[in-house]
Amino acid sequence: MVAENTSSRSLSITLRVWRQAGPTQPGKFVDYQSKDLSPNMSFLEMLDVVNDELTLKGEEPIAFAHDCREGICGTCSCTINGKPHGPGKGVATCQVYMRAFRDGDVVTVEPFRAAAFPVIKDLITDRSAFDKIQQAGGFITARTGSAPEANGLPVPKPDADLAMDAAACIGCGACVAACKNASAMLFVAAKVSHLGLLPQGQAERDRRVLSMVSTMDALGFGNCTNQYECSAACPKLITHDFIARMNRDYLGASLRAAFKPESAASGGGAG
Amino acid sequence: MATLDSKIPSGPLADKWRNHKANIKLVNPANKRKYEVIVVGAGLAGASAASSLGDLGYKVKCFVFHDSPRRAHSIAAQGGINAAKNYQNDGDSVHRLFYDTLKGGDYRAREANVHRLAEVSVNIIDQCVAQGVPFAREYGGLLANRSFGGAQVSRTFYARGQTGQQLLLGAYSALSRTIGQGLVEMHTHSEMLDLVIVDGQAKGIIVRDLVTGKITRHAADAVVLATGGYGNVFNLATYARGSNATAIWRAYKRGACIANLCYTQIHPTCIPVSGDYQSKLTLMSESLRNDGRIWVPKKKEDAKKDPNSIPEADRDYYLERMYPSFGNLCPRDIASRAAKRVCDEGRGVGPTGLGVYLDFADAIKRLGENGVRERYGNLFDIYHEITAESAYKVPMRIFPAVHYTMGGLWVDYNLMSNVPGLFVLGEANFSDHGANRLGASALMQGLADGYFVIPYTIGDYLAGQKPGSRPSTDRPEFKAAEDNVTAMTNRLLSSKGKHPVSYYHKRLGKILWEFCGMARTKEGLEKALKLIPELREEFWKDVLVPGSGDTLNQSLEQAGRVADFLELGELMCRDALTREESCGGHFREEHQFPDGECKRDDASFGHVAAWEYQGEGKTPLRNIEPLNYEFTKMSVRNYK
Ligand SMILES: Cc1cc2nc3c(=O)[nH]c(=O)nc-3n(C[C@H](O)[C@H](O)[C@H](O)COP(=O)(O)OP(=O)(O)OC[C@H]3O[C@@H](n4cnc5c(N)ncnc54)[C@H](O)[C@@H]3O)c2cc1C
Ligand code: FES
Repeated sequence: MVAENTSSRSLSITLRVWRQAGPTQPGKFVDYQSKDLSPNMSFLEMLDVVNDELTLKGEEPIAFAHDCREGICGTCSCTINGKPHGPGKGVATCQVYMRAFRDGDVVTVEPFRAAAFPVIKDLITDRSAFDKIQQAGGFITARTGSAPEANGLPVPKPDADLAMDAAACIGCGACVAACKNASAMLFVAAKVSHLGLLPQGQAERDRRVLSMVSTMDALGFGNCTNQYECSAACPKLITHDFIARMNRDYLGASLRAAFKPESAASGGGAG
Repeated sequence: MATLDSKIPSGPLADKWRNHKANIKLVNPANKRKYEVIVVGAGLAGASAASSLGDLGYKVKCFVFHDSPRRAHSIAAQGGINAAKNYQNDGDSVHRLFYDTLKGGDYRAREANVHRLAEVSVNIIDQCVAQGVPFAREYGGLLANRSFGGAQVSRTFYARGQTGQQLLLGAYSALSRTIGQGLVEMHTHSEMLDLVIVDGQAKGIIVRDLVTGKITRHAADAVVLATGGYGNVFNLATYARGSNATAIWRAYKRGACIANLCYTQIHPTCIPVSGDYQSKLTLMSESLRNDGRIWVPKKKEDAKKDPNSIPEADRDYYLERMYPSFGNLCPRDIASRAAKRVCDEGRGVGPTGLGVYLDFADAIKRLGENGVRERYGNLFDIYHEITAESAYKVPMRIFPAVHYTMGGLWVDYNLMSNVPGLFVLGEANFSDHGANRLGASALMQGLADGYFVIPYTIGDYLAGQKPGSRPSTDRPEFKAAEDNVTAMTNRLLSSKGKHPVSYYHKRLGKILWEFCGMARTKEGLEKALKLIPELREEFWKDVLVPGSGDTLNQSLEQAGRVADFLELGELMCRDALTREESCGGHFREEHQFPDGECKRDDASFGHVAAWEYQGEGKTPLRNIEPLNYEFTKMSVRNYK
């Protein structure tokens, strides 16, 4: 049988949107009516329509971040009805469809809230702190051209699969927005685990976790108090087990760093 | 008239690249840091180039319009990346990958470039594995492969349905490392709006900070564009919404030739359009064609019926019928046109009649639902999210959509355009795919260009530039380019007309899809060449761009990009009109065999058409680079 769309009737909603002209300006919620929407329309397509209407009325459209519109680039980042990326499990904002709402609903839309993600405009925040954490150690140093033959290093399938689970992170920041402490532990743990699970990642394993964690702390992200709102909000459903894994790595690396100082000749740090 | 010297090295095909690398000039290590290189773009091509050049010791500045280099459109590639590793022992080789790519491109690419691509493909996999890209593995721990369209061997490497993501994150991690080490200076939220030419050479760019609106000048010894494809000219495409042609188009207007614009790829397996509000089309990876079977009902009357109620005997598995040896895995252009044909016959399915089934019932019988989930689970999830249908129970509905652009800025064998000092990598150039790109070959090309070609070839150019001869940004050429950008911004903001930008983009897309889409005719293209300039005129008179230029203003960004599309779209139609033959993604109805296959005209069109800007309102000049096939015979593609 052909599975039916939950409804083919059109719906109308009240949008309650966070409007903020710039990083230092105060923001406030503003209501807009959005009418006769198809349930098959995506949430962002609904915002497109609202924006065209605002433009025609001579008002400034709502600034919102988006690009791929298929849940992989990590650009879209709205908190919808209090939940980062809105209703539904394992989806990004761009994968929310209007069929998730009912006619007459009031839908509140805000930016991802976190001290480390300041608002740029309306629903757009500055998430460059994530890039800084990556730059601190989220890599395996393999200068172009220096790589050995790929099949020279077999990786057990379970390790490769688990590494891939962690590597699926799209860097959207929903984990931070969902956490009451605005902690970036899930994001960092995903990268540390992805690289630390692979044989190629062993040489820099200790340095990586120490450097990424200290950079995360320095950038103003909060501590993890094991509430696991992060994995619940993650569009890729990355499990908080990786946080435990990273904590073990971090502890081990700290101990090793304390007892086994690096050779003075070992050269520059991770940068 | 531009000189188009392809600079293909002499000698036997398989030795060209090796000899070329041995013969080109080098920059000595101590001098490298005296050269600054601008890289625009950090997709697979840009990120791999920027990090590799940084590691070599050049001072690199990298610009992206995205808020982070990790968000480039490359992230969305699903299916995989080709490489001639022959791990499956199924007869693959560098020569076979070369041959498949050349043939898949309908003999409209350069032999030497394609051969080099096949050669370095093996290094790419090594490089990515070393970076920690979690490719799919077999139980023994070795790398797994799958097959893709246009090939009879299994040479595609993949990371679930997220290969582009994992390759990009690999390149991004290398880029992040070099940024952290101070080797690359990263500029995010920075859109290049003009190219600066000094004494005939590319020496800088003009950039708008998308957050503050500030316009700045940047000088360099060489400029590398890796800004992606122009498929969003069609409005509806599988591209990320932000993908645009502004960088390559403005370089074109500064004298860089743009080649083969009419070669656009329409991907056969995308989710059909559902309504007017539609903002993008979602691809269902071609890898699905490994196990899914494409069909439509034999009888028109059945088109609206529940597919599961249509008996086997009443189904037309048309690809298997028409192309028995390649079947569902025939190349994209062929599969797309076949879908159009059956829909034109009234046998298309779904509410709009513009759809065909991609059925997994047999695969589920063979592999079990879990087996299918293991291979394609995330794609089935995407499909479910968008359509609210389960492809485990009902066949998927798919339809062709614009997916890739083979055309782009003309480059020589060194990936340098006809403007000295301007290099172009990845989808932004025209180089390796001829008239049609095979699946899993764009990722290969982007990374080949960035990791393994530009690091050598840029040295050949820079070695001829005096260290420290980089011009100052106070030069009049920089001021003129900045003024040009400011004037355009002001013009867009001051028009305060009647319609939002999207209105024009949608209309342009409709014109192009109708007249320059899957099938083209002289009549249709001539009509488009009348309609587009009219639309462009209307746009400049009536577009409504709210807000100001000195803050984040997405309407303004979009307006600039659509303004460029309105020009590029016209040239694309002109290119399609002048190419009086059918080849690959360019299908002219006038030129076909009785069975509907492409009829090439090698004698008259066995060449690259590279267009040269002649000034506003003037018809551009069509330059030709003949394609000399020394080692292979241009033959009729046959996938039957
Ligand atoms: C849905 C989808 C699936 C695909 N799947 C596959 C696949 O399985 N296998 C395969 O081989 N290919 C696939 N492709 C094609 C492939 O993904 C692309 O061709 C390739 O990734 C392009 O890479 P690129 O580096 O050239 O450009 P992009 O990844 O598009 O990067 C462009 C970069 O340029 C920057 N930029 C652009 N303009 C400017 C400007 N004016 N100023 C500053 N910065 C600018 C952007 O910020 C970005 O960083 C797929 C494509 C799509 C759409
Ligand atoms: S827009 Fe790319 S993840 Fe949502």
